Amino acid sequence: MKIALREIHKHYGALRANDGITMDIREGTVHGILGENGAGKSTLMKILSGYVSSTSGETLINGKPVRFTGPSHATSMGIGMLYQDPLDFPSMTVLENYLTGLTGKISLGREHHSRSLLDSAKKFGFAFDLHAPVSALTVGERQQLEILRLLALGIEVLILDEPTTGISSGQKKLLFDALKSLARQGTSILLVSHKLEDVMALCDRATVLRLGKVTGELDSPFDAEVLLKWMFGSAPPPPSCRQSRYGRERAVLKDVSASGGRAGLEGCSVSLHEGEIVGLAGLEGSGQGVFLRVAAGLSPPRSGRLSLDGQDMTRQDYHAFQKRGVTFLPTARLEEGLIPGLTITEHFAIQGPKSLMVPWTLARDAAAGGISRYRIAGTPGSPVDALSGGNQQRLLLALMPADPRLLLLEQPTRGLDLESARWVWEQLTALASLGSCIVFTSSELEEIVEYAERVLVFFDGRIVLETRTCDTSLEALGTAVAGRTDTLTGGRAA
Amino acid sequence: MNRLFKGAPPRAALMTLAVLLLTVLLTVAAGAPPFGALRHLILGSVGSWIKFSHVLMVWIPLALCACGLLFTFRMDLWNIGVEGQVVAGAVGATAVLRLAGGGSPPGLWVALAFLAGAAGGAFWASLAGVLKTKGNVNEIFAGLGLNFVAQAVTLWLIFGPWKRPGIASMSGTEPFEPDLWLPTLPGLRISPVGLVLAVGALVSTWWILRRTRLGLALKAIGRNRTASFLHGLSPARYTLAAMALAGGFAGIAGTFQVAGVYHRLIPAISSNYGYLALLVVMLSGFKAGPVPAIALFFACLNVGSIQLPMVLRIDSSLSGVIQGVFVLAFLFVQAWTRRKKSAVKEGHGH
Repeated sequence: MKIALREIHKHYGALRANDGITMDIREGTVHGILGENGAGKSTLMKILSGYVSSTSGETLINGKPVRFTGPSHATSMGIGMLYQDPLDFPSMTVLENYLTGLTGKISLGREHHSRSLLDSAKKFGFAFDLHAPVSALTVGERQQLEILRLLALGIEVLILDEPTTGISSGQKKLLFDALKSLARQGTSILLVSHKLEDVMALCDRATVLRLGKVTGELDSPFDAEVLLKWMFGSAPPPPSCRQSRYGRERAVLKDVSASGGRAGLEGCSVSLHEGEIVGLAGLEGSGQGVFLRVAAGLSPPRSGRLSLDGQDMTRQDYHAFQKRGVTFLPTARLEEGLIPGLTITEHFAIQGPKSLMVPWTLARDAAAGGISRYRIAGTPGSPVDALSGGNQQRLLLALMPADPRLLLLEQPTRGLDLESARWVWEQLTALASLGSCIVFTSSELEEIVEYAERVLVFFDGRIVLETRTCDTSLEALGTAVAGRTDTLTGGRAA
Repeated sequence: MNRLFKGAPPRAALMTLAVLLLTVLLTVAAGAPPFGALRHLILGSVGSWIKFSHVLMVWIPLALCACGLLFTFRMDLWNIGVEGQVVAGAVGATAVLRLAGGGSPPGLWVALAFLAGAAGGAFWASLAGVLKTKGNVNEIFAGLGLNFVAQAVTLWLIFGPWKRPGIASMSGTEPFEPDLWLPTLPGLRISPVGLVLAVGALVSTWWILRRTRLGLALKAIGRNRTASFLHGLSPARYTLAAMALAGGFAGIAGTFQVAGVYHRLIPAISSNYGYLALLVVMLSGFKAGPVPAIALFFACLNVGSIQLPMVLRIDSSLSGVIQGVFVLAFLFVQAWTRRKKSAVKEGHGH
């Protein structure tokens, strides 16, 4: 099956997730779609699999234009997608999952289908206990099951979204072998990835996206330098080294492992200092988010030790961390940071003194003070859900204690316009110069290089690179983010 | 907010009309004169001072339970166990009143009974609260299970340790001495103590929810548990507090049933007022303001329907049907307007 995408646009408000993408997918090839977070890969694949519809543009299957009404329509046309988190039913058995959507008849045909499932599993070297619940399977096994299910539905185009995150190397080899053999039999495979390695090992052809546009296309064998340049753009001048003016050790993590996210966190040892700004880089779910939450006392480490100002805090909860001056600001502002339906004043009242009565006058004054100091477009009586994203972020900062000793921020400028983002960073750098230790995650390497003094790059739950930002380059960071630390960083490391 | 209030009066009128229409249809289907049934419902509840005093005696426990439920609903807890908490309160109060006698003044015993009732209800609710916070058991299931346990305990007490001398029966325990009964106004079956308690509960609930840190914390946690935790509030602690408060008010209602209405412990001591109070609070939109009026309306329906079987030969459960229909209609209209509103919002987005 040949697929052609013509001038695909997908706009979310002012955001152009896909900005005129044109590409062709040949029959029986493994085609890689490369790009960093936010490049538009996932959006494009969601359009191709019928999950969302494009703002404009055309999808042609074997030369004929189609417009999908939904994912099941796309599946019936032969296009199936394996999502990053497999869309299965964890409490049902392997066989039941496989049967879902498979038969249109009243009878499930359990015997027939269990035989066909075992047969096709054997072909690819997969092994399943048909009656085990899917919740007991690893991510890799769930993928295998989902692939077999999609194949049984008769798909001819298989889209895989970041399939190698969170699976073992053995499972990765099995997966790649299966994909290659499928391609030989005429199935077209679309591999969406930010991992250069995977694309280079598997794909016949690669299309690179950046900021919603195609920046280049290449057939194998690939030139890594060229692909990286397309992925991250041309490198800006390296940042100048700031005076290193770190104070005492504020927080120390020793050999900390934790679960959570896709990759978890494996054996991280880091120390964080007074007055320093540390950026955490990595693709979403590579462990940096878990790291932040562990450092805040929000999720308990599985092993390892954690201390604040020399005090062991390993088994303490967030409220104990708060008492020691730790503040965590989540990125999902209305989901985790603020309380929808409550006014700005009420938020200040919650932070206020613990008394029987709410000191409303005091809270209103505090709210008015925060509003003017942080230039929030709202009144003390405004419910927080009526504020814009930028103003919600300003409010979160205003609610912070005046001198946080350790400030952990999850994507502090996500969704903010340029001016708001710059303003947020003015506040944060001012705090750091007063001695706060600031740690933040960001999907923008540029932001990390611009504001952080030190950067930790996470890949598959591990810190693969730790360096001062002035000793590295965007390319070196980008390569580390994509999981290749061996080649490019060696020469430049201090 | 403003728009919500603007739409409310016509919506409420429309709803009332629809419910009345349905009631009429139901009575016709039951083979009774429809307007006769409505007339008897009204006359049977507010037709005389005596009847209205009966209504108030139902209103008191309903209002008390509803007050407690306002706390749990405020933090998004579904305290279905309120029914069992009424029973537990009644058991606690009975235990104290059975000890009464000797030289101490009866007023002291009654006061003690109210304390024991509140403690019993709070204890029963805390069980569900601990199951929720420590065992991650949904409060609906915990509460429902405990309701059955409370009922079983009551039956066991009535037929076991607390049985009447000679014969144990469904009519309950031996009645208390009349000086332990809550005093009533001369000629009317109405207890001023009960009224004061219910009004006091309503006012203090309104005040706590609106003015105190506890009220603000419950609201915050109910709206967003995670964010509240990040802002330093402990959801587990406040869950227990809200449950204990709800149980305490329910326990006071149970004590009132024992000391003010039946003067003994009977198997059906709660009269289902706990469940009914859930409906009252839902119909009040989970706010304190409308609770007194809606509780009064429900009490009228309950008392007014008592004479339906005798006069019109239709079952008194008609009042339950009307109450249920009202709540369902309210919830439906609420969900419907919310959906319409969000549809309008989506439309603007595109």
